[in-house]
Amino acid sequence: MLCDNCKERDAVVHLTQIVESAVTQLHLCEKCAAERGVETTVAPTKHPLGDFLQAVQNQLVVAQGDATRCTFCSMTYRDFKSTGRLGCAHCYGAFERSLRELLRRVHGNSRHAGRRYDAPRPETLEKSSTLGELRDRLRRAIEAEQFELAADLRDRIRVLE
Amino acid sequence: MTLDLSLLPDGGASWLDASGDHADIVLSTRIRLARNVDGYAFTGRARDGERLRVLAQLRDAVPHVPALAHSVLLRVDEMPQTDRLLLHERHLVSKELAGLDAQHPVRSGAAVFLADDVGVMVNEEDHLRLQALRSGFAPAEAYAAVERLDRELGSRVPFAFHPEFGFLTACPTNTGTGMRASVLIHLPGLVLTKEIAKVLAGLQQMGLTYRGLYGEGSEVVGNFFQISNQTTLGRSEDELLDHLMRVVKHVIEREEEARRVLLRDAGYIIEDKLWRAYGTLRYARSLTFDEAMNYLSGVRLAVGLKLISGLSVYTLNKLLIFSQSAHLAYDEGRTLTDGEASVARARYVRQALATEGGSQG
Repeated sequence: MLCDNCKERDAVVHLTQIVESAVTQLHLCEKCAAERGVETTVAPTKHPLGDFLQAVQNQLVVAQGDATRCTFCSMTYRDFKSTGRLGCAHCYGAFERSLRELLRRVHGNSRHAGRRYDAPRPETLEKSSTLGELRDRLRRAIEAEQFELAADLRDRIRVLE
Repeated sequence: MTLDLSLLPDGGASWLDASGDHADIVLSTRIRLARNVDGYAFTGRARDGERLRVLAQLRDAVPHVPALAHSVLLRVDEMPQTDRLLLHERHLVSKELAGLDAQHPVRSGAAVFLADDVGVMVNEEDHLRLQALRSGFAPAEAYAAVERLDRELGSRVPFAFHPEFGFLTACPTNTGTGMRASVLIHLPGLVLTKEIAKVLAGLQQMGLTYRGLYGEGSEVVGNFFQISNQTTLGRSEDELLDHLMRVVKHVIEREEEARRVLLRDAGYIIEDKLWRAYGTLRYARSLTFDEAMNYLSGVRLAVGLKLISGLSVYTLNKLLIFSQSAHLAYDEGRTLTDGEASVARARYVRQALATEGGSQG
C-alpha cells in the first residue's frame, strides 16, 4: 500500500483518527508520518525483551497507546516497553490487547491450558492486609492524579476501619 | 559469617546425593512455579512496605501449609553478602534474590523458606518462586512436590490468576503456568565430539532453551548445561514436562552414544586426557574455579566411562559445590582473596580425593 500523502513510499503507519465522531483512516510512510508528528519509534532500550517488544509494537496496528496507564499501579505501556516487566496483575487488564498479541508471539498461544485456580475467599484473609493494600492503591491513585478512583478507595478504607 | 548451615534441612544439599536416575549425567532436576500475591504491585514496582507485607502474609500462612511444616525462614535481606553468595552457590536462591548484581542490590523483604525438598523464594522478580530440587533426572517427583506446595499455599494466600492468561507474572515470558522445569546435565561427550552445537540448536527448535550452571545469564563452565522449557503458556504443566522429559532422554542417549564413539575411536587419547585431569586435581597446589570445573568435568566423565573406580558421583557433586569461593571462605571462617581461594580450593579437592577414593579401574 502506498502512502496517502506522498504516494511514493510504502505506508507503514496506519492511523485511525476520530474527529467529532467522524472516523478517518490514514496510511502513511514513516517520513510523512514523522512530518505530521506521529510517533513511530520508541526510545531504544537495553533490555532484550524491550527490543523484542519494540519489534512487535512496530508491526502492530497501534493496538495500545504508549500512554495507556494501569489504574492499580500507575504503570504506562511505555514503562513496560522500557523495562520488559509488568507492574502488577492489573496491568494484564489495562494492556490486554497488546499483551494478548505479545503472549501469542512469545509462547505461540495466549490461552492458558494449565491448572485452573480459585483464590481463597476474601473473608479468610487478614483484614489488615486488605486495608494496607487499599492504602497503597490510594497513594498511587493520588500520585497519578486519579481523583475519582482515590475518592472511591477512601470510602472503602473508611468502611473497613 | 552469621549463617549456620547446619540449621538447614539436610544442609540444603540433599540434591547432591546422586540418588536419582542417570545421576552421572544429570546432576539435578529443578521445577519452579512463579506466583504473585493478589493485591500488591509486583516486586519490582512495590514499595519496601508492600514487600514486607507480602513476606508477613506468607509468614502467617506457612504454619497452615504442611509442605513447609519444617521449613526454615532465612531473611536474605538481612544477611551479609558472603552468606547470600553461599546460598546462591548452593543453588538455594537465585542471583536476583541474593542481590549479587552491583546494579540490583538485595531488596527489602527478600527471603527464602527452605524445607526438605521444596522452598519458596519471597520477593524475587515475582512475589513467590516455589521450587523443588531433586537429585538426578526426576521431573515427575519434583513436579509432584512443587504442585502439592502450590495447592497448599494457594489455598491460604490468594495468587494473581486470570481466566485467559493463567498465573500472572512480572515478565510475560513466565505467564500461564509460571513453570520452568530444568535439568542440570553434564555433556562432555557431546562437547568433545563437537556434536553439542547441533544438539543445542535442536533444543531451541523443540521449544527448549539452555543456560549455564547457575541459570539465567550464567556462562557454561565444566560442560554443565541447564536445559529448560522456553514457553509457559498454551500447554498444560504435564504436556510441558512430558516434552522436556522426552527431549532430555534423547539428549542423554546422544551423550551416551558420543561417549561410546570417543572410547572406540580415540580410546587412549581420551584415557590420557582424563587421567591427567585426575592427576591435576589430586596434586595441584592452586586451582582457579574454572580450572577446577574443567578437570572435575573430565574426572566425572572418567567415572562415567568406568576408567576410574572407587570415586562416587556424590563426592564429585560435593566437590562441585564445596569448592566454590563462598564455601571455601565459610570453611576457613574468613574472606579470601582470589589467590587464597585458589590455594584453599586445591587443598580441599586434594583432601577429598585422598580420603574418598579414586583408583585405577
